[in-house]
Amino acid sequence: MDDKDLARLFRLALDGDERAYGDFLEQAAELVRAWARRRTTFGGLDPEDIVQETLLAIHIKRHTWRSDGPVMPWLYAVARHKLVDALRRMGRHSWIEIGELEGQLAAEEPETARSWEIDRALETLSPGQRSVVTAISLEGRTIAEAARSLDMKETAVRVALHRGLAAIARRFGRD
Amino acid sequence: METQDLIKALAADTRRSGMAMAHVWSLAAWTAVATAAIVFFLLLGPRTDIASAAATVRFLFKFVVTIALAASAFSLLRAQSRPETGRRGLLPRLAIAPALLIAAIVAELAVTPPDTWSARLVGTNAFVCLTFIPLIGLGPLALMLIALRHGAPSRPMLAGAMAGLTAGGIAATFYAAHCTDDSPLFVATWYTIAIAMLTLLGAVCAHRFARW
Repeated sequence: MDDKDLARLFRLALDGDERAYGDFLEQAAELVRAWARRRTTFGGLDPEDIVQETLLAIHIKRHTWRSDGPVMPWLYAVARHKLVDALRRMGRHSWIEIGELEGQLAAEEPETARSWEIDRALETLSPGQRSVVTAISLEGRTIAEAARSLDMKETAVRVALHRGLAAIARRFGRD
Repeated sequence: METQDLIKALAADTRRSGMAMAHVWSLAAWTAVATAAIVFFLLLGPRTDIASAAATVRFLFKFVVTIALAASAFSLLRAQSRPETGRRGLLPRLAIAPALLIAAIVAELAVTPPDTWSARLVGTNAFVCLTFIPLIGLGPLALMLIALRHGAPSRPMLAGAMAGLTAGGIAATFYAAHCTDDSPLFVATWYTIAIAMLTLLGAVCAHRFARW
């Protein structure tokens, strides 16, 4: 898929086409994943965390894309910003952790369950927002289904989803 | 949460992401000028001899410099509020106002006797200038930073400095209508210090405030 097709998808998405937006985000995730894998080989960072944080930033800042221009430079700039951010955070923490971890490294199970940054951010949400975000993401419900199962109005579900995602984006990778 | 699941949640969130950046910037520009105007007319007001001053080149040229600064800094601020903007084109545009000022200084030194230079540079309003340009510029700076926060600057400090320069240019444009020290030597010294304060403040504030 070249830039023109991707930009067309993004424009449709910004006009409210939910399916086009899903497709756009899938494509964006693929591009960023390949890009991030090459840049996180030195360990410590999980490229998928970068992918997820970038997708959240794309979502929150999608109004900063100039819809008459190419989309890839914008996309990779967002990804680079998030990668640099993650590296900086890791640099701040590695100071203490290296000493603490030294003794544990040998003992640690090689196949511990991967801890996703996004799940840690999800845990910080209020119960109401968390149940809405979980229903729509993990359980794959639509807005209407989520409203029914949580006994909420659809508008309230939309608001909780919007605020919940914004809060996740804000808290991603921060303690 | 797998990335697939995250995408489902993002795609379902169809509430508008926010005002388009072009609207945000024109709104910020107009409200910033209005705020500066209100503070200026409340605290200072134009000089009493403005009608006769308006016939002199020195007085008018102050506005050429300050408006050039505000306009060039604002265009850079707008560009820096988008993540993909690099540093290209930054220096040439930043150099416009200083180049105009340097040309004016050269002209001033050519037409005035050397023994008046220090009096022209020191002037009589240095303290007023250092107080009121930052004061008038604070409101515009806050508005520019709010607009910047809505954007996605890759270099928040640089963008914040541009916000400070823009606010400084707007404030200096109003202040110039009050100040009776019209020599480019005065402008180059005291206006520069006052605007530099706002620029520094903008960079420091944006570092925390415009993160995303």
